[in-house]
Amino acid sequence: MKIINWILLISFGALLVYASSGLPNRGDVDAVMHREKSPAGSPGASSYYIRNADKDANTPNMVTVILADYRGYDTLGEETVILTAGLICFLILRRKKES
Amino acid sequence: MLGFKSNLIILMVSRVVSPFIMLFALYVIFHGHYSPGGGFQGGTMMAASLLLMRLAAGREIAQFQFKTILGTPLGSIGVLIYFGTGFAAMLSGGEFLNYSFLPFAGLTAAELRSIGILMVEIGVGLAVMAILVAIYDDLLEGYPHD
Repeated sequence: MKIINWILLISFGALLVYASSGLPNRGDVDAVMHREKSPAGSPGASSYYIRNADKDANTPNMVTVILADYRGYDTLGEETVILTAGLICFLILRRKKES
Repeated sequence: MLGFKSNLIILMVSRVVSPFIMLFALYVIFHGHYSPGGGFQGGTMMAASLLLMRLAAGREIAQFQFKTILGTPLGSIGVLIYFGTGFAAMLSGGEFLNYSFLPFAGLTAAELRSIGILMVEIGVGLAVMAILVAIYDDLLEGYPHD
């Protein structure tokens, strides 16, 4: 049983290494996600963020603007997930006074 | 706690180091507009400073710094700050979480969005800090008190 686990693990790792060889290089201008327009012809989000983040929110750090402003719903969800984890730990682990 | 024994050197060093970690955490939160950082990272470092005192001094003494009972309410308040920021923007005529409609007079839309990002980061930092400490306290609940 153990040898099957190892075979599965190694084959999955080899698959990941093989798949990573198809990724575009870092900073590749011709990669699909770095182009200004997507293959379908719609304007890409990333170039809009890079051009307008400082202008829109008066904040030099682009990552903060994307995280808290453009993608505000996502961060709200993340915070709710953290709160849910804390509440679940509270409900499961904390003892009652009587026992 | 499991084999907890108070050590004077560890306690004193932790008491000196903990406020500085807290200060740096506040810097990370409030300087997130200009450098890497933000609510999640700053809140985690704030929780690290509180957990350092809990590890060094034991749970009973660390209650003077941050009470166990405060954890879950402060986490909820952090989420409410985030939600309230978005809701205030919605009440003044914009969309939910559209900070340029926040009800502060005399500021341009870009400055309002900057302030909105800061409020949101404060809420995130508060929630992360309180919840991490609360999870630590909940995990220790089963052990006999030292």
